[in-house]
Amino acid sequence: MDRAKIKRELENLAAEGLPAEPPQEETPVEVQTEAEGEDKAKPKAKKDEDVPRKNGLIETEYAKRGTHLDVQINPDQVVKAAEILDAEGMTLEMVTGVDWLKEGQLEVIYDYSYPGGQLFRVVVRARLDRNNPDIPTVCHLYGGANWHERETWEMLGINFVGHPQLEHFLLPEDADFYPLRKDFKP
Amino acid sequence: MSSLAQSQLRETFELNIGPQHPATHGVLRIKVVMDGEYIDRAEPILGYIHRMHEKMGENRTWNQFWPNMGRLDYLSAMAYNHCYAGLMERAAGIEVPERAEYIRVITAELNRIQSHLLGFGAYIMDLGGFTPLMYAMDEREQILDLLESVTGSRLTYCYFRFGGVYNDIDDDFITGTRAFLKRFRPQIPMYHKLVTGNAILMDRLIGVGPISADMCRKYGATGPVLRGSGVNYDIRRNEPYSVYPELDFDIPVYKECDSMARYMVRMDEMVQSCRIIENALNKLPEGPVMAEKVPKALKPPKGDYHYAVEAARGTFSMRTVSDGTNTSYRMRLRSPTYSNVSLFEEASRGMLLSDALAFLGSLDPVIPEMDR
Repeated sequence: MDRAKIKRELENLAAEGLPAEPPQEETPVEVQTEAEGEDKAKPKAKKDEDVPRKNGLIETEYAKRGTHLDVQINPDQVVKAAEILDAEGMTLEMVTGVDWLKEGQLEVIYDYSYPGGQLFRVVVRARLDRNNPDIPTVCHLYGGANWHERETWEMLGINFVGHPQLEHFLLPEDADFYPLRKDFKP
Repeated sequence: MSSLAQSQLRETFELNIGPQHPATHGVLRIKVVMDGEYIDRAEPILGYIHRMHEKMGENRTWNQFWPNMGRLDYLSAMAYNHCYAGLMERAAGIEVPERAEYIRVITAELNRIQSHLLGFGAYIMDLGGFTPLMYAMDEREQILDLLESVTGSRLTYCYFRFGGVYNDIDDDFITGTRAFLKRFRPQIPMYHKLVTGNAILMDRLIGVGPISADMCRKYGATGPVLRGSGVNYDIRRNEPYSVYPELDFDIPVYKECDSMARYMVRMDEMVQSCRIIENALNKLPEGPVMAEKVPKALKPPKGDYHYAVEAARGTFSMRTVSDGTNTSYRMRLRSPTYSNVSLFEEASRGMLLSDALAFLGSLDPVIPEMDR
């Protein structure tokens, strides 16, 4: 496991998923201020979660958050992220989701940890449109993702494209609701 | 695989093990497609005791969620208490007095011994030996009495609080624990004499249910399952929490990857837990057991938090998303046997049915914790 390599590769991955850069005509001075602005925006977004976070990598403080790296990427990049982490011997500890009703988004969170000795925890997250919650599965890389994704699907209605068995698991077979969605009324 | 399984004229049938079956340790159902005596595909079916703890976490205040922590894994509830306490103390930045942390470790390790004892007794009973369960229950009873005297409950503990523990331990508990350790230590070699060296047990466990270290990694298996596959990974050492770094203990690791290795890891862990308890009792400092100025209505800052502990069955971790109010926005519980049992389907392919039950027992599932 190479921390620096994981950080670099995930940073590049997150940068790939960012919306197109503004036109290049801008002067270098402006680019610099923009970069500064981005740096400032990062801790701000961490403090105030009401503003949806931009894609990118944050080094979180372990003592406060319990994780070392926190990276947000586009939904179609989660398989690439899993490949990067799998190659470095990381294990997928859990997959979970959060419903952000106000923003009209669903978030999928992947928790990776390293079983080889060194303490290293990485969180990969992706935000989906609430009306079209499709995200590719990572089952083929991590067998353990099967149950976790299946549970996330049935609790939050996140559709894991390519999952071998999206059937009811913990809930009854005839459940036609998603109980962990914030607009669920029992 | 049997010659029958390889022939073209395959004839399979379906068999349901559970949900009411003694070998499944609760209401786990396994849908098995059998090819004669061999397993073609075994699919665990969960949800018979699903209570939606995660939704309950969103409905009640942080403090009101405490009793739920005793009702996930009813055999090692103390570790679950520890995780929730650690999570919220991390989120709200609460400092815990040292004495409280020592008490937490002592009770959690007593709980771990108790859990492994029942795991040991029930596992041997799965394999057809009834007597060891009686020995295990006898020892376990001592621990339950000790823990009852400080926590007030026998299994579903709700003993920890944000910032400490609910009440201090007294001299009776300390002398009782020391007496228990003295009594329990010679028991383990006796168990080995009585059970481990038994030829039938060795035949049934050695080489059964091989799980490679890489398979554990892919499935996120932790705890004795992972350590039975030769991986030295224990949250208490690798991601130190509480006062574990100050205590003296080893992590038992076996390289054989079979059911026997997992069984031996649990047996050795009991010895190590005894060491931890004794060490912690010797080092137990004086002082308060609750932090001062812990707000009654906890409001951790916005953001998400993660905390992991080593429960008796592996890594239990919690991830919570706080929106700055007195309830959780999202509470995620990652239970160890959920991941451990998820590898059963792949690992049991082509196995004899009787071996599969020995293998399932070696994963030591606790169903309320899987279903949550």
